[in-house]
Amino acid sequence: MPDDVARLAMPVGPRDHAQGPADAPVTLVEYGDYECPHCGRAYSIVKEVQRRLGSKLRFVFRNFPLRESHLHAEHAAEAAEGAAAPGRFWEMHDMLFEHQGALDDAHLVGYAANVGLDAKVFERELRDHAHKDRVREDFMSGVRSGVNGTPSFFINGVRFDDGWDADTLTKALKAVAHAGKP
Amino acid sequence: MDHILAAGTPAPDFSLHSTPDQLVSLSDFRGRPVILAFYPADWSPVCGDQMALYNEMLGEFQHLGAELLGISVDGAWCHVAFAHERKLHFPLLADFEPKGHVARLYGAYRDHEGTSERALFVIDSEGVIRWSYCSPVGVNPGADGILRALEALKPEQSRA
Repeated sequence: MPDDVARLAMPVGPRDHAQGPADAPVTLVEYGDYECPHCGRAYSIVKEVQRRLGSKLRFVFRNFPLRESHLHAEHAAEAAEGAAAPGRFWEMHDMLFEHQGALDDAHLVGYAANVGLDAKVFERELRDHAHKDRVREDFMSGVRSGVNGTPSFFINGVRFDDGWDADTLTKALKAVAHAGKP
Repeated sequence: MDHILAAGTPAPDFSLHSTPDQLVSLSDFRGRPVILAFYPADWSPVCGDQMALYNEMLGEFQHLGAELLGISVDGAWCHVAFAHERKLHFPLLADFEPKGHVARLYGAYRDHEGTSERALFVIDSEGVIRWSYCSPVGVNPGADGILRALEALKPEQSRA
């Protein structure tokens, strides 16, 4: 919200896709779009930051597809969610960001096969938009939290408005990790 | 940046071109809430993101019964090209002649730059401003403030 610090409107919970320990002292939430070039850059940066912070960091990814700007963003988000039930969310997430330039349905089906998903189930879910509501729920939770573009980051629930290069992000996360110790 | 019209002020009426041959008046929308989004310029990166976000939000705004109007000092032909390129599905109004006249009426003109502020107004069905917010010009204000303002209107609208 204007006037105030923007905070996560929907706390991190069991519905979320998370990497790192649930009791890590610092949680980084990203609202991102698989076809957004800035998110593509953020993808490698987050990986680097995860390497630096190790078990002190939990990372959560939520969908914020700008459908009108990025033709394939919505379907890509649904594809990643489709990979979640069989336990392949992060493999698919990585696959999509590493192939940002080729996110049409034919490629999505190929990636699904590469990460070991059942092609028939995946194609049917994609066609039926089986995960559309989940993606929209992520999106609206982002809007409610003051997400104003992608990527948007939240550190322990508070929107992070500084630059998200690896050094700045690492410094901010470490500061919170140390200060946040109960 | 505290000079924009505040909540409780009747919203000044205006008629502006949304396309070279189409005029839009605020009073056309009497009876339903209107979101007025002043922004500095077509094509600049932050505006683009802000308008892209609102474009995605149209369904939610419509669900709350509200119309969204974007306004900048760009001309109607520029708006047409911008809306086409970004696939925007809401009107962009040209506050072009006299330049920035409507922005001035709302206290949202930046004299030095010759553009409007990045200012948001939620106007109720009676034409009264119910919420306004002026964002730092380089910061996309998001949509959460608009949603909250529209939701705060709801009980009042249903009583009417």
